[in-house]
Amino acid sequence: MGDVQDYASSLSDTSSRKFETFSYLPAMTPEQIRKQVEYLVSKGFNPAVEHTEPENATSNFWYMWKLPLFGETDVDVILAEVEACHKAHPENHLRLIGYDNYAQSQGVNMVLYRGKTV
Amino acid sequence: MAKTYDAGVKDYRENYWMPDYTPKDTDILACFKITPQAGVPREEIAAAVAAESSTGTWTTVWTDLLTDLDYYKGRAYKIEDVPGDDTCFYAFIAYPIDLFEEGSVVNVMTSLVGNVFGFKALRALRLEDVRFPIAYVMTCNGPPQGIQMERDILNKYGRPFLGCTIKPKLGLSAKNYGRACYEGLRGGLDFTKDDENINSQPFMRWRGRFDFVMEAIHKAEAETGERKGHYLNVTAPTSDEMMKRAEYAKEIGAPIIMHDYITGGWSANTQLAQWCQENGMLLHIHRAMHAVLDRDPHHGIHFRVLAKILRLSGGDHLHSGTVVGKLEGDRAPTLGWIDIMRDSFIKEDRERGIFFDQDWGSMPGVIPVASGGIHVWHMPALVAIFGDDSCLQFGGGTLGHPWGNAAGAAANRVAVEACVQARNEGREMEKEGKDILTQAAKHSPELGAAMETWKEIKFEFDTVDKLDVAHK
Repeated sequence: MGDVQDYASSLSDTSSRKFETFSYLPAMTPEQIRKQVEYLVSKGFNPAVEHTEPENATSNFWYMWKLPLFGETDVDVILAEVEACHKAHPENHLRLIGYDNYAQSQGVNMVLYRGKTV
Repeated sequence: MAKTYDAGVKDYRENYWMPDYTPKDTDILACFKITPQAGVPREEIAAAVAAESSTGTWTTVWTDLLTDLDYYKGRAYKIEDVPGDDTCFYAFIAYPIDLFEEGSVVNVMTSLVGNVFGFKALRALRLEDVRFPIAYVMTCNGPPQGIQMERDILNKYGRPFLGCTIKPKLGLSAKNYGRACYEGLRGGLDFTKDDENINSQPFMRWRGRFDFVMEAIHKAEAETGERKGHYLNVTAPTSDEMMKRAEYAKEIGAPIIMHDYITGGWSANTQLAQWCQENGMLLHIHRAMHAVLDRDPHHGIHFRVLAKILRLSGGDHLHSGTVVGKLEGDRAPTLGWIDIMRDSFIKEDRERGIFFDQDWGSMPGVIPVASGGIHVWHMPALVAIFGDDSCLQFGGGTLGHPWGNAAGAAANRVAVEACVQARNEGREMEKEGKDILTQAAKHSPELGAAMETWKEIKFEFDTVDKLDVAHK
């Protein structure tokens, strides 16, 4: 059994907490994030920024940062709002959503900043 | 003028072959592939199928004259050659909507695939496709929650769902079974699943399983911070017993239950789906026995019809085939029926085996489940074929990982996320799949070990049930 690797994950280790889509991959580089935002725009989704205190992360409703950026297709504008929200709430988790109004769902939902996980 | 009674046997085509008939928007339309006995004319046999699946019987009866049979009868209205096969032909039949009880796939199918399938003048008969008019669709309950609600309940967006069927199929104790679920869920799966033949056997009664599995879900959720589920199979010997198990699953907080809709029966399935809708439960549907009905190219019921039946009867997930795994399913027709499961309007497309336009109106869609002999190397193709609105389910491909279920689950989760990320970046999944996985494995020893374990496995047998296409 010497070759078997233990799966390190536990209730007491807060680094075991995950954040849904893309949270099993290494943190994205700025270029990678830009490509995902380009995808969001190319699909016609409406971008929206949300944040929450880490202890309230399991709630469906995180705090909206302003309003969704309806019709915004400029990747730099979207990324600037992400940064503005992060600057205002540096301790909070922050996610970028792409609302798909035809499916009445979210085509994109990715956590871009993590606060101190609980 | 009133008709007179003329006892005896008449040619079916006198009444049921109507080549000038224009189908109404409210008609239920069916396309049958008919293999007749030698010497029977096509029009006569098509008319016979129309008659025997609607109002007709083998002889004239006096009570025919007490109703307006011309209103109620099925009508064979078109005949076509089957490309590449001279032994059979397609017959198109229109049925007036009033022939069928509202909201009852049971009633529709009892007519369409009833006695007619044993008719002696036929060597074989296959129901290829059915057009359910929107007027009939609106009488059916449909999927309990639908794709959008499922995503919202489980907080999963922008990627396929990831699942795993617990193995061995049979024989585990409830606690050991719960352990297997827990390991998969903590490793990153969204769902684990009862195998279809897990019901309530002596080695593991249903209630013990439900309790241990729920503890597995709760602990994995606390550990990962993500929402999880397990398809608790409530398929049972009686529908009362099925409902009892469903009620208990709800009572302990399970988000999703499971039913086998063909062996369990469509009445039970429709009842369960309606209950799920009223009780906020998701419903996963397995399709045991489907291959008995749908695999023979000349006889039976095509799976695209069985998929429509399920969408009407109700279910949030349905096994659809994988295209790439160990079970039968060609790519083009599979893409056809997964559209039938998910989309709101599907155009006739013979290239994908779709014989009719199908309008579902606002009826929610069903998530196709790809399951059966798939492993991490298939992930790029699966993401490309199925897209986000799907559930990719790796049984052996999770549990067979050399380091155990949690590592197997993590390997698949890393792989699916890497593939979605790459797809969103505009990379070509099926061409660059190996690079994408190799790159992702650099950060995931679990994925690396999985890729090493399954690198040689292939399932390359020819498909038995192919689309009908002309030979060169």
